[in-house]
Amino acid sequence: MDKIWPFHGGVHPPGNKSQSNQTTIVPMPVPPQLVLPVNQHIGAAAKAIVSVGDKVLKGQLIASAQGFVSANIHAPSSGTISAIEERILPHASALLGTCIVIDTDGADQWIEQKTHDVDALDTAQLLQIIQTAGITGLGGAGFPSAVKLQARQPITTLIINAAECEPYITADDRLMREHAQQVITGIGLLARILSQPKCIIGIEDNKPEAIEALTAAAKTAQGIEVRVIPTKYPSGGEKQLIEILTGKQVPHGGIPADIGLVCQNVGTVKAIADAILLSRPLISRTTTVTGKAAVNAGNYEVLIGTPVADLLAFAQVDLNRTSRLVMGGPMMGFTLQDPDVPIIKSTNCILAAADLELAPVADHHACIRCGQCEVACPAELLPQQLFWFAQAEEFEKAKNHNLSDCIECGACAWVCPSEIPLVQYYRYAKGRVKSLKEEAQMAEQARIRFESREQRLVDEKLAKEEKRKARAEAAAAAQAAKRAANPDEQDPVAAALARVNKQKLEQQQAAPIEAYSDAPKSPEEEYKALKTAAAITRTKLKKTSKALQNAQSTGHEQVDALQASLAELTAKADAAQTALKAYEDKLGLDPEYEKQLLVTVAKTNAVVRKLEKSLSTAEDAASVEAEIALAKTVHAAANLALSNYQTNPTANTAAVQES
Amino acid sequence: MQTLYLAIIILALLAIVFGAILGFAAIRFKVDGDPIVDQIDNLLPQTQCGQCGHPGCKPYAQAIASGEAINRCPPGGEATIKALADLLDVEAIPLDAEHGAEAVRTIAYIREDECIGCTKCIQACPVDAILGAAKQMHTVIVDECTGCDLCVEPCPVDCIDMLPIEVTPASWHWRQPEDIIATSKQPLNVGGSSHG
Repeated sequence: MDKIWPFHGGVHPPGNKSQSNQTTIVPMPVPPQLVLPVNQHIGAAAKAIVSVGDKVLKGQLIASAQGFVSANIHAPSSGTISAIEERILPHASALLGTCIVIDTDGADQWIEQKTHDVDALDTAQLLQIIQTAGITGLGGAGFPSAVKLQARQPITTLIINAAECEPYITADDRLMREHAQQVITGIGLLARILSQPKCIIGIEDNKPEAIEALTAAAKTAQGIEVRVIPTKYPSGGEKQLIEILTGKQVPHGGIPADIGLVCQNVGTVKAIADAILLSRPLISRTTTVTGKAAVNAGNYEVLIGTPVADLLAFAQVDLNRTSRLVMGGPMMGFTLQDPDVPIIKSTNCILAAADLELAPVADHHACIRCGQCEVACPAELLPQQLFWFAQAEEFEKAKNHNLSDCIECGACAWVCPSEIPLVQYYRYAKGRVKSLKEEAQMAEQARIRFESREQRLVDEKLAKEEKRKARAEAAAAAQAAKRAANPDEQDPVAAALARVNKQKLEQQQAAPIEAYSDAPKSPEEEYKALKTAAAITRTKLKKTSKALQNAQSTGHEQVDALQASLAELTAKADAAQTALKAYEDKLGLDPEYEKQLLVTVAKTNAVVRKLEKSLSTAEDAASVEAEIALAKTVHAAANLALSNYQTNPTANTAAVQES
Repeated sequence: MQTLYLAIIILALLAIVFGAILGFAAIRFKVDGDPIVDQIDNLLPQTQCGQCGHPGCKPYAQAIASGEAINRCPPGGEATIKALADLLDVEAIPLDAEHGAEAVRTIAYIREDECIGCTKCIQACPVDAILGAAKQMHTVIVDECTGCDLCVEPCPVDCIDMLPIEVTPASWHWRQPEDIIATSKQPLNVGGSSHG
């Protein structure tokens, strides 16, 4: 049953563990200030529940988990909240993130602790304690532990990851040597939560003291097996360790629970035991400080939130000698730009490298297709191929070559003779794949929203049109009903149209008659027309001569034009006059005579009026009346003569003249 | 002679059989719509900004399908042009500057205390990402905003800002290592200490 399955690939870098695993874990004193990022784990950021100025006690909850995959954060020591602000995060991006800053008071006073009757607790209560304590994976990834323990699939095997395969790091090694009993108790508690699965501790054979301590402690418990595995990087990778211990492979895109397994880091197990047995939330961790620049290289029990600079000072790291400061190990860690960032829950190592301890970032050479990376890859990928795709930004192809299965262990880059920073290419490609996926999702969302908006606009238009139609139909129906109720009544519109048509027809019929009547004009009409023409020309002539006078007096430039038109008009007026005269002569008309008659009529009319007026005041009414009668006769005669003349101007006028 | 007839008959029969199969397949597996338009549409960024001169991404997809240039989408930029060139098997051409330059993705933010509640931006938004009512303050639903810029112009009080999307530790990702082949930069024998 002690069988070990080999996994593909892997490398054997120098261990460099002895620098830091010779001394016991030293508790670091409380630093003056603690900086706690609200997001130290995978999942949603916790939400600060304290405000600036609040006094907090050690172990007090200061930020609560938001959502299922999230973790609580507790005050690692007592003090005052001095700020909740954006600070540089201990993250490869060196971006800013929300941090709660505690100015410690040095008293390190604990909050009142609830103690549990551990034996009486059921699974849900145990999980509750783990969740409340804010425990996340301490191996490096920082996944909330309670979530991992609540797998939906039945768990047959609990694997405790004690491999600690990465060079330099000895935090778990020292922890197992010094707290083996606590680890075994923790495993027992986890086994209770997971309904007593088989428990296997996987530990590399380069830690004989830890193996001895664990084996001794495991004898006190039942069903816990310590299985020693050969030292090979990255046997501590979750998937690799599972393969070594069980021979099973976690399916692509799946989690260990899919094959009935749960894997927990040995440090996490100890933290869980502390939380349940000692009611101690996750406020500190064991961190290795190592590297050539560290005088007191070793392991330190550090409060979460301790600035790296403080820890380095405590471990007597010479920052001037430090060529590169790395958080994490040399294979998977990242370079810290700023030593003021805090230690967080997942910080297992601070590597202060000096001289050429870590190869400097070198210009890399061209890939020579040697294939060594493929041999080294523990995930059985084709690193070379992925590199080409990442370089050419062919992310779709990289995805098809299972880029997502890359655990970024760095084995490929470690063996690469061209020193190509392969892992960074894969991280870049992974990031791009992720952002492209998000962009595609957003685009899809935008497309759906755009289309539904278009649809909505079309629907609104159609609805309006339909409403309009309905209204028109209703109006037509009302009209029809009205007509049906009163059938004799004509449609007003139709009646109006008929009237208009009739009028038009009449006009058309009348028009030809008028046209005919034009031809044989009566002499009177012709005479009238001539007179009118003569009058018009006269008026025009007058106007023009007046304008000419004006123009001449003001010296206007149009004088010449006016003079010309005046001459023209004069000629026209003369012609009109001549035509009129000729016509009169032809008809035997005598305008003078007509005038005379008109004057006579007017005169007699005036006389009659005058006499009539005087009649009321006159003494001799009779004589006046006689005069009126006479005047009236004269007026009547004059009138008759005029009308006679007007109707027949050629008649003999002499007879009338006398009267 | 008989062999000749036999061959002709067999070939004719085969032609009839295969013709029937093809005919059946053409009816049975008929694809509705123009699949190329959807494929093009899927590559476009769906910003719906209209910078290409079409009222949305789908109309531009249709225009591309009927032969329009593939380089008129500034939000998509070179990546979209490349993807379209791959799909349509044409040459990737540089972005047509007439339709705008490729810029960082932005998101609209309304300076809310300056908003007068005119609803003009709501009507302009192609993806219904602005929330508000007449004479009430409006706000942009950041998750839905495509950064199309169409709401900025109608705003009578100029209270809409287009701000670049902030990089958070969650959205950050590693850059591509600078692609230098050392041998092309300097002679190999210089230093040579990089091999640890």
